[in-house]
Amino acid sequence: MNCTRTVLLSLFAAVILGIAGAVFAADNGAFEIAARSDRTDLGFGDSEVDLQMILRNAAGQESRRSLRIATLEKPDETVGDKSLVVFKTPRDIEGTALLSHAKILDPDDQWLYLPALKRVKRISSSNKSGPFVGSEFAFEDFTAIELNKFDYTHVGEESCGDLVCDVLERNPRYENSGYTRQVSWVDQTDFQLRKVEFYDRRGDLLKVLELDDYRNYDGIWRAHKLSMSNVQTNKQTDLIYGDYAFGTGLGENDFVKGRLSRLR
Amino acid sequence: MNRILLVSLLAVLLPLSPAHGGEVDISGSMDFAVRAFWQNPVSAAQEDHALQPTVASTTELRWYNEAGNQRAAFIPYLRWDATDEERNLTDLREAYWAFEGDGYEFLVGANTVFWGVTESVHLVDIINQTDFAGDIDGEDKLGQPMLSLMLQRDWGEITAFVMPAFRERTFTGADGRFRPPLPVDTDNAVYESSREDRHVDLALRYSHYIGDIDIGVNVFSGTSREPRLVASPKGDSLLPVYDQIDQLGIDLQYTNDSWLWKLEAIARNGATHSFAAAVGGFEFTLYQLAESTADVGLLFEYQYDGRNELEPITIADNDLFVATRLAFNDVQDTTLLAGASYDTETGEIFLNIEAERRFGEDWFGELRVRAFSGAKQGDDTYWLQKDDYMQLSISRYF
Repeated sequence: MNCTRTVLLSLFAAVILGIAGAVFAADNGAFEIAARSDRTDLGFGDSEVDLQMILRNAAGQESRRSLRIATLEKPDETVGDKSLVVFKTPRDIEGTALLSHAKILDPDDQWLYLPALKRVKRISSSNKSGPFVGSEFAFEDFTAIELNKFDYTHVGEESCGDLVCDVLERNPRYENSGYTRQVSWVDQTDFQLRKVEFYDRRGDLLKVLELDDYRNYDGIWRAHKLSMSNVQTNKQTDLIYGDYAFGTGLGENDFVKGRLSRLR
Repeated sequence: MNRILLVSLLAVLLPLSPAHGGEVDISGSMDFAVRAFWQNPVSAAQEDHALQPTVASTTELRWYNEAGNQRAAFIPYLRWDATDEERNLTDLREAYWAFEGDGYEFLVGANTVFWGVTESVHLVDIINQTDFAGDIDGEDKLGQPMLSLMLQRDWGEITAFVMPAFRERTFTGADGRFRPPLPVDTDNAVYESSREDRHVDLALRYSHYIGDIDIGVNVFSGTSREPRLVASPKGDSLLPVYDQIDQLGIDLQYTNDSWLWKLEAIARNGATHSFAAAVGGFEFTLYQLAESTADVGLLFEYQYDGRNELEPITIADNDLFVATRLAFNDVQDTTLLAGASYDTETGEIFLNIEAERRFGEDWFGELRVRAFSGAKQGDDTYWLQKDDYMQLSISRYF
C-alpha cells in the first residue's frame, strides 16, 4: 500500500468516512501523522447515517434540519469517494439531495436534486467557502478533502481532554478556500481528529470545530457530535449523529445522477 | 380523468397490501395565495376582480418496502380559486408503483419527469402536460400516466416511456385572467388522432455525463403537449387542437468553475411543418459577495424558435432573457430572483420578480411580481397586457 496515496478525509467527511490513524507512535513528521490518522478508516466500504443539524444564532435561537448521508468508499484511492446527502426537514426542502463525486485534484462533480420541479441540476463545486444550507459549515468543511490538498507542519503536542494530541497546522493547496490555514488536533491513542481551528483570509481565527462522542464500530471510529462555532459571529452549528450502518449493500448505481430523481 | 385516477389508485394500492410490510410516510402542504391585479382586464367579458384568492393542498403518501427495492407514491393535488372556476383542479401529481432491480427500474402509474438545463424556457421537457391555469411560467405540471423502464449502465442511463393516456392543458376561464381575446373551450378539445386522448405516446431518453459535460438526448412521438388554438365553428371561443408530432431534443451543460453553460435544442415534425428551436446561455455565480454569505447569480439566455404562425403560439422566439438570482444562504433560505425577457423583434418585455423565505420550521412565504410591457395589437402577449400582478403566498408544511 502506497502511504503517500492514502486519502485523508477531514472534518465533516472525516466523520462520514472516519479519520485514520496508524499504529506506530514515532513522529515521522506532520504529513505522516495526518496520513496515519487516515489509515484507521480504510476498507469501511459504505455507510449510512441519519443526523440532526442544529443551527444557533448569537441570540441562542435554534433552527433544525434532519438529513441522511450515504457514502461509498472507492477502493481505488486515486479516485475520491462518493456521497449522497438527502434532507428530511425543514419540510419545504424535504427530498432535496446533493450528490458528490469527490476528486483528488480536479473540482468535485456535484448534482443537486430539487424536488419541487423534480429537477436534477449539475452545480459548480467551486463554491468551497460558502455556507452549507445556512450553517456554520462551509462546503469545503463538508465534502471530502484529500490528504494531498494540504501542506502540513507539526506544531507540537498538547493534552486534549484525557488524551495527548499532536497539533498540526495545515494549509490548503486547493483553490477557492476560505481559509489561509487550519490547526488540527489528532490524538495519539486512537489517532482521531479532536479539534480544528480555521483561520480566515485575513489570518484571524474564524471558526472552531470540536469532535466528540467517538464510538468504535469494529475498528472504525466515528464522532457522533460535531460543534462548529464561529468566534466572529457567535453562531454555532451542531451535528448530532445517530448510529452508523456499515456494509448496507450500497453500490455504484446508488450514486449516479439519475438516482436522484428516483430516491422517493 | 376518473379512469386514470382509478388505474393509478390500483397501481399504488395493490402493492400496499400488508403482506409487503414497509411503512408509509405522510407529508404535504397547504398553500394560500392572493393575486392582486391593478389594471382592468383587456376583455370586457373578463371579470374585474382586483383580488384573486386561491387555496391549494398537496398530500404526499410515500411507501417503501423493507428490502428497499419497491416504492410507491400517491400525491393528490387540489386547488380552489375564488374567482375563476377553470383554475379549480383535482390532479394526481404522482400515483405510481416502482420496482428497482440491479441497474434497472420499472414504474407504472402517474409520475412527473423533468428534462432540461435552461431557466427561461423548458424546450425539451415534454413528458408532462403544463398546468397553464396554475401558473403561466410553464413549471406547474400535471401527473402523466405511464409505464417506464429505466436501464442504468456505465455508459449512461436510458429510459423508455409508454404513455397510454393524454392530459389536456389547463387554461384560465372566460372571466379569468391570462386568456386570449376569446376564451379557451377546454371541454371541446380536438385531436388529430382518432384515438383522441387514448393515443399511446412513446418517448425515449438517454442521459449521462462525461467529465464537466452533462448530456441528454430524447425522442418523442405522440400527442403534442402544446395545443394550437383555433376559433370554434360558432366563433365565440378557441378550441385546443392537439396534433401528432415527432420531436428530437438535446440538452447540454458544461460546468466550469463558477460558470454553467447551457443549451437546449429541439427539432419537431409539427402540425404543419418541421422546425427547430433552441435556447442557450450561461449562469455565472459570484460567491460570497463583498465578504457576506450571499451569492449573486447572473443569468443570460437567448431563445430562438423557427416555427411558423400555424403552429402553437410561443412567446419564446428571438427573445433575450437576463436575470439575477440573489441567495442569502441564511437559515431561512432567503432568495430573490429578478429577470426580464425581451423580444428583439417586437419589443415586448416580460418582467418577473420572485422573493421567498422560510418562516420558523414549517411556514414558507413567497412574493411574486409579474408585468408585461411593450406589446402592440397583434403581438403574442397583447392579451396579457393588463394582467400585471403581484402574488403573495404562504405555505404551511406538515
